[in-house]
Amino acid sequence: MSRAVTPRRKLINTTIAWAIGLLIFFPILWTILTSFKTEGQAIASPPIFLNFDWTLENYAVVMERSNYMRFLWNSIIIAGGSTILGLIIAVPAAWSMAFVPSKRTKDILLWMLSTKMLPAVGVLYPIYLLFIELGLLDSRTGLVIVMMLINLPIIVWMLYTYFREIPGEILEAARMDGAALRQEVLYILTPMAIPGIASTMLLNFILAWNEAFWTLNLTAAKAAPLTAFIASYSSPEGLFYAKLSAASTMAIAPILILGWFSQKQLVRGLTFGAVK
Amino acid sequence: MATKASRSAARIMIAPAVILLLGWMLVPLIMTLWFSFRTYLPLRGGDQGWTGFDNYVRFVSSSSFWPSIMTTLTIVVSVLVITVVLGILLAMLLDQPMWGQGVVRILVIAPFFVMPTVSALVWKNMFMDPTNGLFAHLWRFFGADPISWMSDAAMPSIIMIVSWQWLPFATLILLTAIQSLDGEQLEASEMDGAPLLKRFYYIILPHLGRAITIVILIQTIFLLAVFAEILVTTGGAFGTRTLSYLIFQRVLESQNIGLGSAGGVYAIILANIVAIFLMRIVGKNLDN
Repeated sequence: MSRAVTPRRKLINTTIAWAIGLLIFFPILWTILTSFKTEGQAIASPPIFLNFDWTLENYAVVMERSNYMRFLWNSIIIAGGSTILGLIIAVPAAWSMAFVPSKRTKDILLWMLSTKMLPAVGVLYPIYLLFIELGLLDSRTGLVIVMMLINLPIIVWMLYTYFREIPGEILEAARMDGAALRQEVLYILTPMAIPGIASTMLLNFILAWNEAFWTLNLTAAKAAPLTAFIASYSSPEGLFYAKLSAASTMAIAPILILGWFSQKQLVRGLTFGAVK
Repeated sequence: MATKASRSAARIMIAPAVILLLGWMLVPLIMTLWFSFRTYLPLRGGDQGWTGFDNYVRFVSSSSFWPSIMTTLTIVVSVLVITVVLGILLAMLLDQPMWGQGVVRILVIAPFFVMPTVSALVWKNMFMDPTNGLFAHLWRFFGADPISWMSDAAMPSIIMIVSWQWLPFATLILLTAIQSLDGEQLEASEMDGAPLLKRFYYIILPHLGRAITIVILIQTIFLLAVFAEILVTTGGAFGTRTLSYLIFQRVLESQNIGLGSAGGVYAIILANIVAIFLMRIVGKNLDN
C-alpha cells in the first residue's frame, strides 16, 4: 500500500516530520525535563537542556505539600466511576438501537448529541444550587454523576457505531444451530463487542480526567481532582518552575500513556463514526 | 426480525439514558430561564421578584457584552483557521513514506491529552513569562526585548495555547481521512505529471471536505466553551473575556444570578445556532 519513493525523498520526509513532531511535543518534553531540575537550574539563563543534576526532590516536595495522592485518587474515582456508570446505562441503549432500530432511532441519537452542546456556563448556577440542595457539592458522587451525564451522548454514539458493525447474520446462524439466548450473548456477542466497549471506556476516561469546567466549579477541598490540584499552582507561588513541572508531569503522565494507546478510537469517538 | 416483544424490550433499554439526559437538559434549562426573568442577588437580598426582560436588556447593553462576543468569535475563528490549515499540511506530511511514522504520530498527538489547566500554566509560566520564560531567553538571545505575553499580547497567547491543544485533533482526523484516499488515483495523477498544487486542489481537498467540516464543527462546540485556559492565565483581563467567562463572572464573582442567567440564555442560543448545522451534517452521514 505504501507508495514507493526514492530514499532521498524518504529521508527528507523523515527529517521534516521528526523536526515538526519534536517541536509540537517540546512543551511536554520541557516540562518533564524541568521537573528533574533544581529550582535554580530551572530558571537558569541560558536554559539548561540535559546537563543538569537530575533530582527527584521536586516530586517529593509536591507529594508532601499538596497531598497529591488524594487528588489523584479523586481523579481516578471520578473518571473511572463516571465511565462505569455511563457504560451501565449506555450499553443497553446502544445495543437496542443497533439491533432493534426503529424509525425514531436516528432522532434519538441526534437529540442525545445535541444535549452535549448545551453550554455548561449557561446552567452553572442551577446545577450549583441543585448540588447544594442535594448535598452533592464538593462530593465525588456529584462529580461522577455530572461527568457521566456530559459524556453519556459520546458513549452511546461510540457503542452504537461499534455494535452496528456486528453482523446480524451471525446471530441468526447461531440460532439455527440451536444456541440459547444465554449462550448467544455469552459466546458470540460479548467477544465481538468487547473491543468496542474497551475503546469507549478508554476515551471516556480520558475526557473525564481532563474535564476542567465542572471539576473546578463544583469542588473545593474534599473532592477536587488533578485539574484543580494544578490550578492551585496558578498563584504566584507557582513560579517555582521545577515544582510546577513535577506537579504537571504527575497530572498528565497517566492519561498521556492511556491516550497514546487510544488515538485511533479518539478519531472515531469524537467524530461519532463519521470519519473512519 | 424485530418482534413486538423485542420492540418493547428495546424501549425499556433505551429509557434510562433518554430520561437521564432529558432531566439533565430540561431541569437546569428551566431554572436558568426562570432566574433570567428575576432580580436575584444571593448576597444582597436574595430573590427580589420579576423584572421581565430587564436582565436581558442589561446584559446586552453592558459595555462588556459586544467585546465578549468579539473575543469569543476571534478565539473560535483564529483557532479554527490555524488548526485546519496546519492540520492539513501536517496530515499530508505524515501520510508520506518515512521512518518512524508511528513515533512521530505519537509526538504530534500528545498535546491533546494534556489537561487544559496544565497546558495553560506550562505555557504561561515556562514559555511566556517575561523574565524566566523560554521565549524571553530566545528573544534576548536575538537581542530583542522580551514580550510580556499575558498582558501585552494576551489574545495571541491564548489563541496559541488553545491551537496547540487542538492541532493534534485536527491532524489526526484529517490524517485518517487522507489515508482512506485512493492511493492509485493519486499515483496516476503523479505519473501524469500533475503539479503538487493541482493534485492538492483537485484530488486531496475535495476528498477532505467532510473531514474538514467535522473538524470545524466539533472544535467550534469545544472552543465556544473555552474556560480553564482563561481562568488560570489572564482571569479574563487584557481583552480575553469571552462570553462564557463574562457569564461566569456575573454568576460567581458578582453573584448576580438573574443577569448571569440571561447571559446563559444568550450563550445557549449561540450554541444552538451552531448545533443546528452540526446536526444536519452528522445526520446526513447517518443515512449513508
